[in-house]
Amino acid sequence: MAASSAIASSSTAFINKMDVGHSALSSSPSSFSIQKAKKRFSRKIVSVMAPQQSERKPSTTGSVKTALTMTEKIFARASEKPQLSPGENVWVNVDTLMTHDVCGPGVFGTFKKEFGENAKVWDREKVVVIPDHYIFTTDERANRNVDILRDFCTEQNIKYFYDIKDLGNFKANPDYKGVCHVALAQEGHCRPGEVLLGTDSHTCTAGAFGQFATGIGNTDAGFVLGTGKLLLKVPPTLRFVMDGEMPNYLLAKDLILQIIGEISVSGATYKAMEFVGTTVESLTIEERMTLCNMVVEAGGKNGVIPADSTTFKYLEDKTSVAYEPVYSDGQARFLSEYRFDVSKLEPLVAKPHSPDNRGLARECKDVKIDRVYIGSCTGGKTEDFLAAAKVFLASGKKVKVPTFLVPATQKVWVDVYSLPVPGSGGKTCSQIFEEAGCDTPASPSCGACLGGPRDTYARLNEPQVCVSTTNRNFPGRMGHKEGQIYLASPYTAAASALTGYVTDPREFLQ
Amino acid sequence: MAASASSSLCRNPKFTTLHNPQPSFGPLSSPSFLKLSTKSPFKTLTTFATAPPLTIPRATTPSSSTATTANATTSFHGICYVVGDNIDTDQIIPAEYLTLVPSKPDEYKKLGSYALVGLPSTYPIRFVEPDQFKSNFSIVIAGENFGCGSSREHAPVALGAAGVAAVVAESYARIFFRNSVATGEVYPLESEVRICEECKTGDVVTIELGESLLINHTTGKEYKLKPIGDAGPVIEAGGIFAYARKAGMIPTQSA
Repeated sequence: MAASSAIASSSTAFINKMDVGHSALSSSPSSFSIQKAKKRFSRKIVSVMAPQQSERKPSTTGSVKTALTMTEKIFARASEKPQLSPGENVWVNVDTLMTHDVCGPGVFGTFKKEFGENAKVWDREKVVVIPDHYIFTTDERANRNVDILRDFCTEQNIKYFYDIKDLGNFKANPDYKGVCHVALAQEGHCRPGEVLLGTDSHTCTAGAFGQFATGIGNTDAGFVLGTGKLLLKVPPTLRFVMDGEMPNYLLAKDLILQIIGEISVSGATYKAMEFVGTTVESLTIEERMTLCNMVVEAGGKNGVIPADSTTFKYLEDKTSVAYEPVYSDGQARFLSEYRFDVSKLEPLVAKPHSPDNRGLARECKDVKIDRVYIGSCTGGKTEDFLAAAKVFLASGKKVKVPTFLVPATQKVWVDVYSLPVPGSGGKTCSQIFEEAGCDTPASPSCGACLGGPRDTYARLNEPQVCVSTTNRNFPGRMGHKEGQIYLASPYTAAASALTGYVTDPREFLQ
Repeated sequence: MAASASSSLCRNPKFTTLHNPQPSFGPLSSPSFLKLSTKSPFKTLTTFATAPPLTIPRATTPSSSTATTANATTSFHGICYVVGDNIDTDQIIPAEYLTLVPSKPDEYKKLGSYALVGLPSTYPIRFVEPDQFKSNFSIVIAGENFGCGSSREHAPVALGAAGVAAVVAESYARIFFRNSVATGEVYPLESEVRICEECKTGDVVTIELGESLLINHTTGKEYKLKPIGDAGPVIEAGGIFAYARKAGMIPTQSA
């Protein structure tokens, strides 16, 4: 039994609920009830009151259907409303709630405080708990936080908890996955048309599956945990039309760096970013994930890509849950539309200290670097390592700076050690990395993307210059405040490792 | 520093932008996620008059004795700390301190000691002195896109725990704004003009919430703020759970 019966689904404006509250409370003499109220009312929520509702059902009103974007359609379905428009606040039914070791303990603390010590989560099969941030560390508080996750998941009988107990050898933990956003996809939790909320800003990655996915805070997540619902504002949509054949030296990372450079780190604040066009259709699921992953770096609320045969094929062996994809109507209204010809783009970097500080990789060729990092939800997927291996293979040379490799998940790690790299005569990524002189691929986790505890592998503890396949380069992001991070694609990162300078991958790939 | 939006917009000729003029999207520029635009704000206040009393949050002045008048009389007075554009959550609370759990009271307190410790050395004055839990600065003044980056609620919590009552920025990143309101930790106020270059760290300022006004006593200048709108009562209540109870949206019943 959930802690609260659900809020009535088709809620009207927020004010109506306040009217209900008003009338309920004003039935007793106010000065008297104030004193009584303090004693009589516990803080425990046993139900969320149904707001006043209209009896009019869409089928009976025959209202004219206006065209909707795919994000608006997902909101319409999740809020059980036939019509809605950007700017409207609606109560949304959540299909999946994800949390991890950094925010989970706070979410669970809020949940218990607000819903009661004995409260149960709204649906034990819709909560996914993924330890991934601070795992391979001796930091006692970080270790304790994973214990808090385990205790809560055991108590609540959470179905999807990807636990790790043996920190000395991640392979001894068959349940352990690693980076939550990649694990969500690999374990079949990302499905077209659904609503996924997570206590991590890069939850937007799942938009690659044609669903609404966004990051929320602990308090909001605590509310969702108890009710399965959240009040969300329907975002207007910016549409990005990308056409043209993708050159063999570009990756999705270059596309999203191009877009963020174009619209700035706040250009999509409160907005949905929809990616369409022949280029997007040609991208693999992992590349689509890279594209959607960094919409938050433009301030975006969510990124979204229409589901197609690529999506359905990826999902075939990953989920048995029925899903229903939605698509933008032909006449849907977009706040603005951006078009570009991908065939003319060049490899990019985001220079320190902002993801919108765009520059051409070849124009940064005099920037001497100290290290290269390949990992994270953005650039630590199987195809990211295959891309890096392709550059090392093409050059046949050794890296000139320390090159750190952190597979996002256990599955990615296995791929790095087992999948043959095309054109290599059967060599795996790991063999190619070893021949190139890279560091041995590390245990899967978020690693040094966000710095983390001092003993985190590959953390930037000195004011060094790093080319990284990660997502942010604000001061201090990877550890040291004076560190300089150049965000780049796996191609550009590998090429830079080979020269010791920021390097355009065309030097090796053509 | 980040390339500004204006300079980056014309940098690449391969991009074409088609702007559809859609005035109906106007309200979206307001970050208030709890819009009650269809009714008079007095409705809210009337409701509060009959609701059970709530803990008066830190940000409220002692003079505002009843909830009914709080919004009109709430003011914050103190010295300000001034930062620039795109202050991301890693600078507000670096990731290494995220092991602290905000819902645990002793760790909440400790988060305050690390507020804004991630700012680079170009900020010579520390926001919180070493070995202190609270900051001497109760108001933060910022440029655009304050709180961008991660969704960590630790960011508004760290500021609130350090004793910050309000942030006044030109604009906010979405999740930071929402987390500030959801937790009720700080008032995320927006200025109508760019004031981060006109105020200096250490200036004595007053914010009159009801009048949406910031007064810099050191320079003698006054600045208009954008009204906090419907998010105000939520923050004043102490966050969404407290507000929802107070508004009768979540009925509180005997255990």
